[in-house]
Amino acid sequence: MTQLETSQITTVVTEHELHQRWKWYDYFTFNIDHKVIGIQYLVTAFVFYLIGGLMAMAIRIELNTPDADFLDPNLYNAFMTNHGTLMIFMWIVPAAIGGFGNFLVPLMVGARDMAFPKLNAIAFWLNPPAGALLLGSFFFGGSQSGWTAYPPLSLITANTAQTMWILAIVLVGTSSILGALNFVVTILKMKVPSMQWTQMPLFCWAILATSVLALLSTPVLAAGLVLLLFDINFGTSFFKPDAGGNVVLYQHLFWFYSHPAVYLMILPIFGIMSEVIPVHARKPIFGYKAIAYSSLAICVIGLFVWVHHMFTSGTPPWMRMFFTISTLIVAVPTGVKIFGWVATLWGGKIRFTSAMLFAIGLLSMFVVGGLGGVTLGTAPFDLHVHDTYYVVGHFHYVLFGGSVFGIYAGIYHWFPKITGRMMNETWGRVHFALTFVGTHLTFLPMHQLGLQGMPRRVAMYDPQFAGINHICTIGAIVLGISVLPFFFNAIWSWLYGPKAADNPWDALTLEWTTSSPPAIENWEVLPVVTHGPYDYGRTVEVNQTVQTASI
Amino acid sequence: MQDSTLNAPEISLSSAASHEEHPDLRVFGLLTFLVSESLMFGGFFASYLVLRGAAAVWPPEGTEVELLVPTINTVILVSSSFVIHLGDTAIKKNNVAGMRLWYGITALMGAIFLAGQAYEYLTLGYGLTTNVFANCFYLMTGFHGLHVFIGLLLILGVLWRSRRFGHYSATKHTGIEMAEIYWHFVDIIWIILFSLLYILTLF
Repeated sequence: MTQLETSQITTVVTEHELHQRWKWYDYFTFNIDHKVIGIQYLVTAFVFYLIGGLMAMAIRIELNTPDADFLDPNLYNAFMTNHGTLMIFMWIVPAAIGGFGNFLVPLMVGARDMAFPKLNAIAFWLNPPAGALLLGSFFFGGSQSGWTAYPPLSLITANTAQTMWILAIVLVGTSSILGALNFVVTILKMKVPSMQWTQMPLFCWAILATSVLALLSTPVLAAGLVLLLFDINFGTSFFKPDAGGNVVLYQHLFWFYSHPAVYLMILPIFGIMSEVIPVHARKPIFGYKAIAYSSLAICVIGLFVWVHHMFTSGTPPWMRMFFTISTLIVAVPTGVKIFGWVATLWGGKIRFTSAMLFAIGLLSMFVVGGLGGVTLGTAPFDLHVHDTYYVVGHFHYVLFGGSVFGIYAGIYHWFPKITGRMMNETWGRVHFALTFVGTHLTFLPMHQLGLQGMPRRVAMYDPQFAGINHICTIGAIVLGISVLPFFFNAIWSWLYGPKAADNPWDALTLEWTTSSPPAIENWEVLPVVTHGPYDYGRTVEVNQTVQTASI
Repeated sequence: MQDSTLNAPEISLSSAASHEEHPDLRVFGLLTFLVSESLMFGGFFASYLVLRGAAAVWPPEGTEVELLVPTINTVILVSSSFVIHLGDTAIKKNNVAGMRLWYGITALMGAIFLAGQAYEYLTLGYGLTTNVFANCFYLMTGFHGLHVFIGLLLILGVLWRSRRFGHYSATKHTGIEMAEIYWHFVDIIWIILFSLLYILTLF
């Protein structure tokens, strides 16, 4: 390219008023920049994380003793329901998909923004009213039928609160569908032409698979919730057996979404892992294609396993067999990913940054949680521990040890890019140590509780379980304390942390080629991809190619 | 140090310009959204089939469906899909008046469909809460009616924009195409609904 052409581009771009930054108040408005929306998602999600966490604290303090002496049982039910709902719908999904997805996907594929920026902003602004509905339901008795809202229980508990719950989930679901279609179009249509499909960062593959899953499963939940809404408020009887309805039908509609929702939560986290591990281990990721395709495999198989939540709902034996087998098959692509990451760590020059610590912590947690999932996916064992604390222990290993550790890893990894400042590593380590110890202390004993037969979702229990519950509560308090160093660190570093370089981790994906934080339109000129996203150790070779290309 | 030189992006005129033009972006987005919408209707269809499978008599006595009005409605809606396509063909030949004519006729047909549905609701003699069949019937046809209404608004929006701002020509007609795709979608859903709720109740 001649010198003249380059200067022409620069002139055009200056007219676009590049290199401007948003002011603080822009983050509280209907802003259509994907980076602003990503930060809005992340911050709102963390607010709900705190609220949901306080509810968890209340639940654990209640369960410290066998009697219901801290919370009234109805309030306990409401806390239990809203803790689950907030953490799933208002924390993990918005943070992992909405937050990281919005901030990173356009940067990673070399686009200036998402395909539909206004739609993107609408999708975010559906979240605050949804959260308000959930929390507002406490003024009407609180929704009490668990995050699954199974009828007939959900038909007879506080009706107004339950209706508010349904509307909140429909709002979040709409947000999720709009976001997902935006991601699909952005990734498929707006990738820079110079980027081959095999050069696309694994996080984008993960978000693509997640979005397809959200597009296919969320509407079915919406259909089920509309039927439930009509049953509660307009006198229909879709789920009332005495009038010709069918309660198990609700469970099918619900789990057709809510099982894939598990992958909605974990697939973006897998994407984050695939970015964090090679960068901090200074090695090309092992099995790029295998990891990319395993995301798609999880997306497809994940749609055919939902009945494993319903082994005790009068499911016929052939169905149990089919869904046991399909459930166990999901472990294969998941295992492919885990082996890919372990093989990447093998022989790498590992830097034990906070991001890496959380990534490795996630690996260990997810193996425990995943194996617990395999045991639960097997019908005979599931019949034994169904609705006990074994289940609670399992899904907290996957959701807390899996998803939350992944979100933390992502925050530590991309904080310099998002805010332009470095986080304090020492406080990061303190945060990691407390979280790691707290997670194991809280959730490992729950498996034992479940094997002994303690039922979940109850405020009072048999005194024989008191000892183990006491340990869980201590663990929960450690977990509660663990967020303090994080929030202190995040807020302090955002305000006063040392300035970050454009590429502090020497990463190779596109988002690190912009300034930190990125300017409003991301790049002065769109980057041209000349190498794979994880091609560490091939510097000389690639440099030569670049030089040849520029001559 | 070597790493950072590796990350320096190459500059290329072609890639900077290529971002600006994405003509098929909106249509692709709409199609993606419609996939999602069909899954929601799929949830309703599946629920209907499950409830029907468990019932001894379907539809229960007293909630039989009338066939005359919905059959006329079906003919109107299915033909409107052809009419709207004529409008799309017209605009591709830069025939704005023709497009307005065909889209206007489509809007009229859509309105007749909704009127027919309202007439059916008023004359059936049973309501939403009568029994499970009536629950499904009113909910599913009502939901579809809502989609027809939205499609109607899209078509009227196209007509309004064409008259008020002179939008759309042989080279710029994405909005017209989107309204047409949405209308076809509403039509396809109706064919499935009509088969499930009306024709299959005869057997």
